[in-house]
Amino acid sequence: MKNTLSIAWKETRTYFVSPMAYIIMAVYAGLAAYYFVTSISGVLPEATIRGYIFPSTFIFTLLAPIITMRLLAEEQKMGTLELLMTSPVRDYEIVLGKFLAAMASLLSLLVPTVYLVILLTLFATPDMGPILSAYLGLVFFGMAALSVGLFASSLSGNQIVAAVLAMGILLILSIVDLTSSYAGGIFTELVLQISITTHLESFVRGVIDTHDLIYYVIFTTFMLFLTVRSLESRRWR
Amino acid sequence: MQDTTSIPMIEVNNLTKYYGEYPAIENLSFTVNKGEILGFLGPNAAGKTTTMRVLTGFMPPTSGSAKIAGFDVVDQSLEVRRRIGYLPETVPLYTEMSVTDYLDFMGQIRGMDKQWRRRRIDEVIGICRLGEYRSSLIGKLSKGFRQRVGIAQAILHEPEVLILDEPTIGIDPIQVVETRNLIKGLGGEHTIILSTHILPEVSMVCKRVIIIHEGQVVAVDKPENLSGRLRGSEHIEVDIRGPAAQVMTALRDIPGVQEVTRTDSGDVGSYDIETASGADLGEHISTLVHQRGWGLLRLQPIQMSLEEIFLSLTVTESDSA
Repeated sequence: MKNTLSIAWKETRTYFVSPMAYIIMAVYAGLAAYYFVTSISGVLPEATIRGYIFPSTFIFTLLAPIITMRLLAEEQKMGTLELLMTSPVRDYEIVLGKFLAAMASLLSLLVPTVYLVILLTLFATPDMGPILSAYLGLVFFGMAALSVGLFASSLSGNQIVAAVLAMGILLILSIVDLTSSYAGGIFTELVLQISITTHLESFVRGVIDTHDLIYYVIFTTFMLFLTVRSLESRRWR
Repeated sequence: MQDTTSIPMIEVNNLTKYYGEYPAIENLSFTVNKGEILGFLGPNAAGKTTTMRVLTGFMPPTSGSAKIAGFDVVDQSLEVRRRIGYLPETVPLYTEMSVTDYLDFMGQIRGMDKQWRRRRIDEVIGICRLGEYRSSLIGKLSKGFRQRVGIAQAILHEPEVLILDEPTIGIDPIQVVETRNLIKGLGGEHTIILSTHILPEVSMVCKRVIIIHEGQVVAVDKPENLSGRLRGSEHIEVDIRGPAAQVMTALRDIPGVQEVTRTDSGDVGSYDIETASGADLGEHISTLVHQRGWGLLRLQPIQMSLEEIFLSLTVTESDSA
């Protein structure tokens, strides 16, 4: 646990020292604000944050891999992975530490958007329930996206390869539900269940469904498990 | 002169590692006692790095076993990793961190508590003479200083065993001397394996040398014995201004000279003189040239390169077989 926290703390510091942190933060804040303004500029505006929560899933499929691409790929390229793996640290502690750091980076993206919620409360009386649950859902979605990114980063010593691979996997996983109308029988349900975006819908409606929570938790755990395995396999090559 | 108690710290038994079909090391066996500095000598791709990676628990062997401080590198990997300090060939550094931050992180993941870390960071910065650069970013340091940071992290947690993969490669000559002295000073309390492909380095630093070639042990001995064994002949290169034919015969007539070959013609000729071992004919040659009234432009004793040593070793070995 101590090792995990040491690694997480080191990665978090490295992330926030780099300009990347602030570029990503600015990009996300700008896009969220844009979607927020367009959603409340209609004829009958609703006092919700739905306007930027749904587009956020797409933005996250692009930004999460950028946050995670460095984490393991660079260690492999710089040879520091050899140092980590010959230190008395277990492989899962390395992965978990990196993942926690990635979560901290992701949470930092959401901080500026609190401003939009404050705006909403100043000019209207929004229902806080769905707002909080939507944020919770987005955090879980982000968790899943980061786990895919971390796995991709473990596969390659090249950050670009890692990022593009993760984006590809995430895009497929988020649009797979569109095929539900073509798929028949059990497959309709299957593609809807696999999709990482469909599980966000109830959160945005204000419903915290354990079935969706469990989906994200299992998905993330599985991806992190694969990452640990991928790291272990480096020892056997 | 075996002053330290001969407790085996590193035991390697029939270690074999295959990369696919290709054997990187085959049936490697050796023992290193506590406090000993063992030189690991071999040309590139001889299996030095592979052996070290197996010893540090970075990769498991295909067969055979290795123990460090009595712990198996595969089954008790974590215990082994607690007891080793490792400097890989490409010095693994986080270039965006400062020297102290990096050392502090390395200390943390090796389970050192805060006080111990603080004390040791000051100590290793002193030992490796990094004082001026303690808060510099590692990425901004020159190659030699990065190497020192690498050594600093390896000795930070006072490990029982130090494994250094080519610690003096790519740094300037003054730093090479400093690094060697540093390593020498670490022997005694630490058990050290040091890989290199520079022969003089081994004789300066190590008490015992293992030469490996194509994954197999070719020779194990003390450096002085080894050089004795290896010195079947020595070479001297000279540039002499004078009539070529006469120079050749005159050189051949010097007692102890086994072979003279002319490598460059022209007014000034370059000659490669092969002499018996320990003959030390430099003075002899210069007097001769002087007496004849020729011009001696260069006289250079040639140290045997590692490739030649391997050649001579493998040849003698197959001859005796």
